[in-house]
Amino acid sequence: MTTLVIAEHDNRVLKDSTAKTVAAAAQLAAPVHVLVAGKNCASVADAAARLSGVEKILLADADVYEKMLAEEMEALILSVASGYDAFLAPATTDGKNYMPRVAAKLDVPQISEILGVESANVFRRPIYAGNAIETVEAPAGKKVITVRTTTFKPVEEKGAAPVERVDAPAARGLSRFVSEELSKSERPELTSARVIISGGRGLQSGENFRLLEKIADKLNAALGASRAAVDAGFVPNDYQVGQTGKVVAPELYIAVGISGAIQHLAGMKDSKVIAAINKDEEAPIFQIADYGLVGDLFKAIPEMEEELTRLGY
Amino acid sequence: MKILVPVKRVIDFNVKPRVKADQSGVDLANVKMAMNPFDEIAVEEALRLKEKGKASEVVVVSIGPQAAQETIRTALAMGADRGILVKVDGPVEPLAVAKILQAVSTEESPGLVILGKQAIDDDSNQTGQMLAALLGWGQGTFAHRVEIDNETVRVEREIDGGLQTVELKLPAIVTTDLRLNEPRYASLPNIMKAKKKPIAEKSPADYRVDTTPRLKVLKVTEPPKRQGGVKVKTAAELIDKLKNEAGVI
Repeated sequence: MTTLVIAEHDNRVLKDSTAKTVAAAAQLAAPVHVLVAGKNCASVADAAARLSGVEKILLADADVYEKMLAEEMEALILSVASGYDAFLAPATTDGKNYMPRVAAKLDVPQISEILGVESANVFRRPIYAGNAIETVEAPAGKKVITVRTTTFKPVEEKGAAPVERVDAPAARGLSRFVSEELSKSERPELTSARVIISGGRGLQSGENFRLLEKIADKLNAALGASRAAVDAGFVPNDYQVGQTGKVVAPELYIAVGISGAIQHLAGMKDSKVIAAINKDEEAPIFQIADYGLVGDLFKAIPEMEEELTRLGY
Repeated sequence: MKILVPVKRVIDFNVKPRVKADQSGVDLANVKMAMNPFDEIAVEEALRLKEKGKASEVVVVSIGPQAAQETIRTALAMGADRGILVKVDGPVEPLAVAKILQAVSTEESPGLVILGKQAIDDDSNQTGQMLAALLGWGQGTFAHRVEIDNETVRVEREIDGGLQTVELKLPAIVTTDLRLNEPRYASLPNIMKAKKKPIAEKSPADYRVDTTPRLKVLKVTEPPKRQGGVKVKTAAELIDKLKNEAGVI
C-alpha cells in the first residue's frame, strides 16, 4: 500500500503545490513516494527528497519530460503503476492534463480537486462551481486523485529521502511542444502569494492595473483579475481568479472594482481576510468581505498607496 | 474530415444550484437546463473549422436523458449536421462517458473530437483526456486557439503560467477553454431547419458500456458560509484595520 505523488515543477524549482499534495497524500496513511519527471531536474528531485514524510523519490530525467506532455506522462506513470495503490497530483493545469489519462488506462474513476480526506477512500470535493460539496467513496482498487492545494498546508522540509532513477518508457510522439508565452513577473505567484490584489471591470483598462501594481509592490503581493477583466483584454488569462481560473486562498485578498460574481467568489472565498473596494454598495463582494470600502477606486487606491508610504511600506 | 462534438445537458449557468435538504444531491426539479457553456464553445469551434473548409461534417453526440435531445437540437440549430443521442437516465461518470465516446469515435472515425474542458455541474475536467487515452490519441486541453494544417493540429493552451502551444498528430482531442471563441446564437430559420436534421437514438448497451457509477456519493452539502464584515469609511482606515486589527500586512 503505497501512494505516488507526481511533482509539479519547472525543471529548476519544486512548486509548493507538491508539498501540499504530499500533505493530502499523508492522510491516506500509507508510505508516500514522489515522482519527479522532467529534463535536467536533479535539483527538483533533491528538493522533493527534503519533504517530510516522503520515503522515496523516483526521478525520470529525459528530454521528453521537459514540458510534462500528457501523453508521455501517462506512459511514464503507467510504467511504475503496479507498485502503487493511489496516485495524487496537484489540480494545476498540468495535473488536470495528464491524470485523467492515467485513470482511464487503469480503468478507475478519477476523483477531481479534493478539498479534504475523510478516510483512505472517502473524499470531499467541490461541485457546481463550489456551490455544493460532494462527499464520495472510492471503490476498492487503485485511486487517481487531483488535489485542490489551497486547502492543504505544505509539509515541512525535514526529510532526506533517497532518489532512485527510473527508466523512461519509449516516447509516444503523439504531441510535440511548440512554444510557450509565460508571463514574466518579479512578483510572487498567484497560487502561493501571501497577499493578492485583484482588479475587475471597474478598473476600466489595462493601463489602470498599474495603480494596483503600486500597491502590490509595497505589499509584495501577486496581481489577479476577475474573468470580466480578462475577457475585456485588460490582463492576460493567467491572472484570472475564479472557478474556471485559479483558486487561491491567501492571507489577504484585496478585490478592487470586482462585483463578486459566483464564479469569482468560488476562486477566492477561502482567503483568510478579504478586503473589497467598490463604488456599488450593493455589490455581492461586500457580503463576504471582512472589510468593505464603498467608493471610487480611482480615489481610494492612490490614497491607500499614500497611507502605505507614510507607514513606511 | 469529420468533427465529433459531445454536448452535455446541465443546469443553466445563470441558476444558483440548491442543495437538497436530505443531502442526496442538488435539486434539479423545475430548474432551467441548458447546454454546458464549454460545449457551446466546442460546437462553435467545430462550425468555424467547417466554414473555413477544414472539416466536412459536424456530428454532435449527447449522453443523457431523453430531454438531452433538446441540447442536440440547440447544436443543430447553431449549424451542426446531425446528432446522436445515447439515452441514459441518472448520472454517468466521465469514464463511462469516455468509453461510450470511444465506441462512437470508432464507428464515426472523426479527425478531431472537440469537447468542453469541464461540465459546470460535476466540474470533473476528465472526459476529453480519458477519451484521448482510451483512443491512444494526442490531446490539446484548455484550448485558446486551434489551427488545423493537413496532418496536424496546433493548439494554443491556457496554462497556469500563461500560454503554451502544442502540435498534435491527427486524429486528436481538443478541449475548450473560455476564450477560444464566442458562440453564435441560432437564427430562427436555422432553428426551423434543425428540426429536420437527423438524430440517431442509441443506448449504452449498443456500445457495450456499463454506466453504473463507481463512485458512491455519500452526501452533498452546502459549503461553509462566510459572513460579511464591517464597512470602513476611508482608505487610511482600511489600511489601519488590515495592519492593526487583522494583522495581515
